[in-house]
Amino acid sequence: MSTTEVRALSAPERRRKRGIITMGSLGAFALILFGLLPKTSAPVTFNFVLGNEWVLTRERIVDSKSGALVFAVIALLAVLLSVLQFRARKTIRFASGLFGASFLMSFLCWAAAGKFIPFTGLLQGALFLSVPLIFGAMAGVLSERSGVINIAIEGQLLAGAFMSGVIASLTQNKIAGLLVAPFAGAAIAWLLAVFAIKYGIDQVVLGFVLNVLVIGLTGFLYKKLLIPYQSTWNSGGTFAPIEIPILAKIPVIGPIFFSQNIIVYLMYAAVILIHVALFKSKWGLRTRAVGEHPTAAESVGIDVNKIRFRNVLIAGAVAGLGGAFFTLGAVGSFSKEMTAGKGFIALAALIFGRWSPLGAVAAALIFGFADNLQGLLTITGTPIPSEFMLMAPYIATIIAVSGFVGKVRAPAADGIAYKRGGGSH
Amino acid sequence: MKLKKLVIPGLSFVMALFVSGLLVAFSDNSVLALKGQPLSMIAKAFSTAGNAYWALFRGSIFDPQLAEQNFFEGFYPFSETLVAASPLILTGLSVALAFRAGLFNIGAQGQFIAGAIGASWVGFTFELPVVVHVLAAIAAAMLFSGLYGGFVGLLKARTGAHEVIVTIMLNYVAGYFLLWLLSTTAFLRPGRQDPLAPEVKESARLPLLFGSELRANLGFIIALFAAAAIWWLLNRSTWGFRFRAVGANAAASRTAGISVARVTTSVMFIAGALAGLGGAVQILGSEPAMTAGVGGSFGFDAITVALLGRATPIGTVFAALLFGALRAGGLTMQASTETPLDLVLVIQALVVLFIAAPALIKSLFRLKNVDAGETVASKGWNG
Repeated sequence: MSTTEVRALSAPERRRKRGIITMGSLGAFALILFGLLPKTSAPVTFNFVLGNEWVLTRERIVDSKSGALVFAVIALLAVLLSVLQFRARKTIRFASGLFGASFLMSFLCWAAAGKFIPFTGLLQGALFLSVPLIFGAMAGVLSERSGVINIAIEGQLLAGAFMSGVIASLTQNKIAGLLVAPFAGAAIAWLLAVFAIKYGIDQVVLGFVLNVLVIGLTGFLYKKLLIPYQSTWNSGGTFAPIEIPILAKIPVIGPIFFSQNIIVYLMYAAVILIHVALFKSKWGLRTRAVGEHPTAAESVGIDVNKIRFRNVLIAGAVAGLGGAFFTLGAVGSFSKEMTAGKGFIALAALIFGRWSPLGAVAAALIFGFADNLQGLLTITGTPIPSEFMLMAPYIATIIAVSGFVGKVRAPAADGIAYKRGGGSH
Repeated sequence: MKLKKLVIPGLSFVMALFVSGLLVAFSDNSVLALKGQPLSMIAKAFSTAGNAYWALFRGSIFDPQLAEQNFFEGFYPFSETLVAASPLILTGLSVALAFRAGLFNIGAQGQFIAGAIGASWVGFTFELPVVVHVLAAIAAAMLFSGLYGGFVGLLKARTGAHEVIVTIMLNYVAGYFLLWLLSTTAFLRPGRQDPLAPEVKESARLPLLFGSELRANLGFIIALFAAAAIWWLLNRSTWGFRFRAVGANAAASRTAGISVARVTTSVMFIAGALAGLGGAVQILGSEPAMTAGVGGSFGFDAITVALLGRATPIGTVFAALLFGALRAGGLTMQASTETPLDLVLVIQALVVLFIAAPALIKSLFRLKNVDAGETVASKGWNG
């Protein structure tokens, strides 16, 4: 211990240390509240089979108190492991993952005492609910990494949802709807780009106003056209899930990942593409340079505002595509303000994931899981009011930006308009 | 000189009405039916948009039909405008004050809800004498919301957490908290299942201004007083000078010996308290029984109000009156011409977009020598 204290800790190490302290206290909390305090115990039934995948085990019945206790102990062991990894100056990613999973399982055993939990269905639904969040967060990555704050994700999602639903309905062709969605998102992004990059207007203000504009426009047209003429304007339908041969048969994993609709598969492609391109391609290097230090980027001949303009448009297209998930991927028709603040949760996921594509995906998955779990537990009934479960992602984000789980830093030039010749205003 | 400042906002409003008018006209079936005859189509488009805007006027300023029996009653719509504008003035002031100190308070919505909870709770729980009860309810509202806003400032000062992100998140937290509160025995009205709080007692209501026929109440006067107080604070007091100094240049202010942390925290406290006062005015003035939807969009509209009012107290009052009129008139417009209320959102967003880009309006109307006013400076997440 003394050796680590003598040496000054680097920033990531300090972050890890704080993370370990947080995990330790959460683990102790779980042990006491979920494992030791409950007076009564009831069986929890976990069901693992959803469709026609290969059956490994159909269901497991766990005693709520001992289940919560066992998983809390595993969580604490994971904390111990993270301490060992920290001492050995390694990353604690695996240990934190293990901690998170067992903490959740401990919570689940406690919260669902005496209930039936469709485990595979829970995770499948969680992925389903994360899809728009992931698309939105990717849009955030694309524009904010190049230095343009994108508060208008919500509006871009909503525009994509609206246009894809309407076009799919008018043409009676879902593919046509899907193809239009990116253009709808990009149109909103174009407004963001013009006003933010050309006129140098505050990007937060602008994004906010664009959201209001899209909510107003879609709401207006919804009442004026989509409600009265529903059969022609608002009956696009949904994409059916596509089972990927063999992969969809894998127990638990198959139904979750490989039995989803086409938009979900597009999301996998988008995430991989954005991650690889951002860190491995010339475009990615330029994007990051422009977002961190535009003056330096310009000095080596990069046109800062051109890169930003293009990235904001691509970001809008990605968010627009995500918007199509609301109509063509989930509900089948458009309804007023159907994105319901998902764009802001996507923004939270972006920040929670420290502006990195994979981090944002992980955060979005956690938020999606919390959302779905909340829905499930509201139906089955729990010791915790559902409203508090709904608050969880937002409170987690506040904790994250306050630096309790490490300092979160945005791209250095994010949100600052750039004038050629090194000026910013 | 003063009049010149009104040119850009005025033209922006005209442009917004024009674009929205196109939207109204060309989404209307009777207009679209005249596709073959361009001239009569244009005429029909004008009359359709004109009807919608006439209804907007009738619903917000003066209604000749109501005035036929009793001239005074013709002003019923104007009273509705005042009712809608009062909370908006206060939430608008909240956002404007924060702007002046370089902070972007998106959290007026959550702070409004915190205030509404405080006012409602004191209003229906305690038995107090008339004036005292109102004051106690307002004090509770401002304390709750002040703390809710001040927390954001404190967090920013201590940890650097960006106020935009924290306030967005706290809006959701407040909304869900209210929803939970309304399901508890303390706040749910006895015998009800839907989220509805008991009505605030008569002793805590704000008195009506123009007799029992019109809903306009003391809340409007309170809002005007608050605007005057914020004007005094910003322009005549040492604290206000510090606020503006930090807003103009935080680094220089720090060098000059101003505690930026203290300014940030106190600005957010006052901003929160103002938004919460808006919540109190809503509860004690016009909506005595709190519902889950009490916040409406007062906090979000506040941002557009503050931007339209150029973040000055006087500008905010006029912008809030305009938006209040749009709110009140929008309801009449929706009822009598089947133009969806959402048009009001489009008008609001367009006004602010046009105002935010003075260069755009200037080039559209080929203006010269017009004071565009300062637009809000662009700041990053790390700033």
